[in-house]
Amino acid sequence: MIESSGYTKLRIKMVLTTLGFSLIPLLILGYTIFRQFEAAHIGKVVQHLNHLTENKRRTIDLFLNERLSQLMAIAYTHKLQYFLEDGTLERVFTLMQARSKYYIDLGIIDQDGSHVIYTGPYQAIRTANYKDEEWFNQVQAKGFYISDVFLGRRNYPHFIIAVSRREGDHTWVLRATIDSDIFDSLVQSDQLGANGDAFLLNTDNVLQSKPRFGPKLLEHMNLGSFAKFTGVRTDTIAVDGKPYLVGLAWLENKNWLLAIRDDPTEELMPLARTRWLVWIILAGGFLVIAGGTILTSNTILSQLMRSEREKASLNASLTQSSKMASLGKMAAGVAHEINNPLAIIKEKAGWMRDLLGEEDIKASPNFKEFEDAITKIEYHVTRAKDVTHRLLGFARRMDPIHEDVNVNEVITQTITFLQNEARYRAIEIHTGLQKDLPFVASDSAQLQQVFLNIIDNAIDAIGKDGNIHIRTMAVHDPDEVVITIKDSGPGIPKEKLDKIFDPFFTTKKVGEGTGLGLTISFSIIQKLGGTIKVESEEGQGATFIICLPRNKD
Amino acid sequence: MEIRILLVDDEADFVETMAKRFRIRKITVAPAYSGVEALKLMDEQDFDVVILDVRMPGMDGLEVLRQIRLKRPLTEVIMLTGHASLDAGMQGMNLGAYDYVLKPADFDELLDKVRRAAERKALNVRAQAKG
Repeated sequence: MIESSGYTKLRIKMVLTTLGFSLIPLLILGYTIFRQFEAAHIGKVVQHLNHLTENKRRTIDLFLNERLSQLMAIAYTHKLQYFLEDGTLERVFTLMQARSKYYIDLGIIDQDGSHVIYTGPYQAIRTANYKDEEWFNQVQAKGFYISDVFLGRRNYPHFIIAVSRREGDHTWVLRATIDSDIFDSLVQSDQLGANGDAFLLNTDNVLQSKPRFGPKLLEHMNLGSFAKFTGVRTDTIAVDGKPYLVGLAWLENKNWLLAIRDDPTEELMPLARTRWLVWIILAGGFLVIAGGTILTSNTILSQLMRSEREKASLNASLTQSSKMASLGKMAAGVAHEINNPLAIIKEKAGWMRDLLGEEDIKASPNFKEFEDAITKIEYHVTRAKDVTHRLLGFARRMDPIHEDVNVNEVITQTITFLQNEARYRAIEIHTGLQKDLPFVASDSAQLQQVFLNIIDNAIDAIGKDGNIHIRTMAVHDPDEVVITIKDSGPGIPKEKLDKIFDPFFTTKKVGEGTGLGLTISFSIIQKLGGTIKVESEEGQGATFIICLPRNKD
Repeated sequence: MEIRILLVDDEADFVETMAKRFRIRKITVAPAYSGVEALKLMDEQDFDVVILDVRMPGMDGLEVLRQIRLKRPLTEVIMLTGHASLDAGMQGMNLGAYDYVLKPADFDELLDKVRRAAERKALNVRAQAKG
C-alpha cells in the first residue's frame, strides 16, 4: 500500500498537472483574444481619427480657398479707380459681410505701402504704412498672401488675406482682415469626445486656434517637429506625460498643421472594460478549474485508496486461503501415506486376535497379556486413524449442504453437549441470543462442529472457574449473522494469534488435542461463505467472531 | 454359502494378512498384487466379490474396475479407498461398484459388506439363469 505521504505527493502532482494543462490554454486564449480585440479596437479608433482629421483639413482648406477666391474675384473684376469712388469699398465690404460675417475690415494699399482707402472699425490704421513689412513684399512678389494669426495694431487675434493686382505700371493690394475666431469654430466640433481637442499650429508650433485644454491662442504647443507631409498621419504623442493618439494633417493653402487629439479615456474605455471582463472570466475559470481539479483528484485518490485497501485485504485473505489449500494438500498426502501402514497394523492385530481363539494359545499363561496388548494396539490404531481421517476431512473438497439453519438452535443444542463438562469445572455459559434471528443458508452439522470446537477450546482455556458469553445478532450491509464467543480464559499471546488456525498448532498437552479443531473450523466457515476471526489480549480472554451470510431468497 | 474373493492391493503385507483373516472364516481368497495380475486371475476363474484398492501403481483401481465390468459383469466389486480419494470411491460407485470402504477399514464392517455383495451376486446369477 502506498503511504499517505505518497498519496499527498500524487495528489499535488495530479492537481498541478491538471491545473497546468487547463490554465495555460485558458491564459493563452484570454491573452490572444484580448490582444486581437485591442488591435481591432485601436485600428477602428485610428481610422475614425484619420477620417475626422481629413474632414477638418478639407473644411479649413476650403474656407481659406473661398476667401482667397472671393478677394481675387473682387480685385480682378474692377480697376483701382472704381474702388476709389466714394462709398464703393464700403458697399463691396457690406456685400462680403452679408454672406460671411468673419471679415473685420477691408483696405486697399498702393505700391508704396500706404493705405489708399479703408473700410472697417479701426480707422486709426488708415495712416499706417506697410512698405517695409514682410507680408507686403510677399504679396507683391507672389500675388497673394495668407498670414499667421497675430494681434497686430488692432490688439485682437486675426489674420490677413491679401491679393495684389497689376494695372499698367502700377500695383495695388487688396487686403482683408479676418477674425481668427472662425478657426476655433471650424476646428472644434462635438465629434470630439468630452476630453478630445483640436487645434492649428504654424511651423513654429504657435497655436493658430484656441485649444480647449492647455495653452492659449498664440502660445507654444510643443508636439515635436513634423516635416511637411501630404495626407493624414496618426501618432502617439505624449502630452503632460500621458500618451495621446493624435491625428495630424498639413493644410494645402497654408503652412499650418491641423492636430486632432482624441479623448484617451473615452477611446480606451471599451478596452478597459474588456480587460476587466477578461480578468473576471479568467478568475472565474481558474476557480472552476481549481475546484474541479481538487474534486476530481480527491475522488480518484479516494477510489485509489479504497481499491488499495481492498487489494490488501484480498491479498491477506488469498494468502490465508492458499496457505490453507497447500497445508490441506500436504496433510492429505501425509494422512494417506500413514493410512496404508495403519491398515496393515490393524489387520495384523486383527489376525493376532483371530489366532487368540486357538486352543493352545488360550492355555498360555500370558494369554491375558497378549489380549491386552492387541486391544491397546487396536485402540491406538483407531486413535491414529481418527487423526488421519480428520486431516483428510479438512482437506477434502466436499460441498457443504445448504439448508435454512437457525443458528440459535444449533448453539443451544451444542451447549447441552458441553453443559456437564462446564458445570463440573464451575464454568458458566451465558447466552445472549437475538430473538427472531434470521435463518442462514448453511450446514447445521458442520456449524455444530465449529461451535463445539470453539466452546470446547474455551472450556479448556479457562480450566476452572470462569465464564463463557455467546451472543448472536443480525447485522445489515452486508446482511450477516454474527456470532461471538467470548471466554474469560488467559487469552492468546500476540505472536500466537495469527497461528491459531494453522494445522497442528495446539497449546494443549500431547495427546489431548490434535491441533486440527480450529483449522477444520476455519475451513468449514470458509466453505459456508463466512468469516471467522479471533480477537484477544493476554489476560483478557479471547473472542471468536464468526460472520455467516444471511439466507437470501 | 461359499464365497470366493479376489483381494487386490499393492501392499503385500496387507493382502496376505487380510487373506488369512478371511480364510480362517472359511472364505476363499485369491490374492493379487496388481491390477494386471487381478485381471489375469479373473480370466482363469470366477469370483463372487473383488476387493479392489483404488490407489495402485501401474493400472489404477478405477481402470481395473472398468475392465472387470466388461469381463465379469456379475462379479461385485468393493472399492478400498483412502479418504482423500473419496471422489474416486464415488466414481467407482458410478461405474458399478457395489460399495466402498475407507482405509484403514474395520474388518467386521468389510466382512459384512462382502457377504451382502456375495448375496446380491448370487441373486443376479439366479435371475439371469431364469431369464
